[in-house]
Amino acid sequence: MRAAVITFPGSNCDRDMAVAIEKISGTAPIRVWHGDAELPDSLDFIALPGGFSYGDYLRSGAMAANSPIMRSVVAAAGRGVPVLGVCNGFQVLTEAGLLPGALMRNAGQTFICRTVPLKVENAESLFTRSYDTGSTIRIPVAHHDGNYFADAETLDRIEGEGRVAFRYGETCNGSQRDIAGVLNEAGNVLGMMPHPERAIEDAQGGTDGRAMFESIFANLAVA
Amino acid sequence: MKVRIHVSLKPGVLDPQGRAVHHALDGLGFAGVEDVRIGRLIELEVADTTSDEALAEMCEKLLANTVIENYRIEKVAA
Repeated sequence: MRAAVITFPGSNCDRDMAVAIEKISGTAPIRVWHGDAELPDSLDFIALPGGFSYGDYLRSGAMAANSPIMRSVVAAAGRGVPVLGVCNGFQVLTEAGLLPGALMRNAGQTFICRTVPLKVENAESLFTRSYDTGSTIRIPVAHHDGNYFADAETLDRIEGEGRVAFRYGETCNGSQRDIAGVLNEAGNVLGMMPHPERAIEDAQGGTDGRAMFESIFANLAVA
Repeated sequence: MKVRIHVSLKPGVLDPQGRAVHHALDGLGFAGVEDVRIGRLIELEVADTTSDEALAEMCEKLLANTVIENYRIEKVAA
C-alpha cells in the first residue's frame, strides 16, 4: 500500500493523518511537499490534511488549489486514485474543482471545535463501506470555514446520486442541508470537514474514525 | 492599466459577516440600513495590452469563486 500525505505551508494535521494511516494500514505514508511538482509513482491513496494553506489568502484553500502538487493530485484523481481531503483539504478539493460547492465562513461566525454526531448517509463508497448507512458516528470538527454551500440544483443532484457521504447530526456550521462530507461523481474523491484521523484510538476520546481508514485500505487489499 | 475587480457574494448566499456588521450599525443608531453585504476589492496593475478575455479568465480561475461569488471588472482611467 503506497499512500501519500501532502503538506502545504500551514498544514497542521498532516502528522496526525500520517500516524492514522500508518497505525491502521501498517505502512507509513510518503510525505509530499506542496512545492513538489510530481507525486510519487503508483500511489494507492492520497490524503490532503487539515490546518491552513498559504495563509488561506483570498479564500480558504484557493492558493493551495493552484499549487504545483495539486495539478498532479487532480490528474491522479482523474485516473481513479482515492483522494481524501479533510477540513482544509476539503476546502482545497472544492477550490480545485474536484468536488462541487464551496466552504464559507461558519454561519455563527465562530470557530467551532468539538466532537459532533455525524450521520453516515452513504456506506457504499470506498471510504465508508465499513460503516452502516444511517448509523451515527462521533468525529471531532475544528474549523472556521465549514459552512457548505452549493446551489439548490447541485444539492438535489448530489443527494440524488448518493454523493452526500455524511451529514451533521446536530446544528453545526450552517451548512446547506447539514452536509458534512461530499463524494465526487466517480466516488474516488471524498471531502469532509470532520477529522476522522483525530478519532482512531481511545486516547483521542473516540475511535469512530478508524472505520474510514479500514474502508479505504480494505478496498485496496482486494483491488 | 489599473483594473479593479469587485468580488461580491451572489444574491441568496448568506453573508454572516454582513449580518454582523448590519447589527453593529443598528447598535450605533444608524436607522434605515436595510441590508449589508461584504465583498472584496482587488486592484491589478496590468499591461495595457491585457485582453478582456484574460481578465475574465483571471477572475474565473482564481480571483472569484463563481460557486458563491460574482465579479465585476472595472478599468480605471490613468
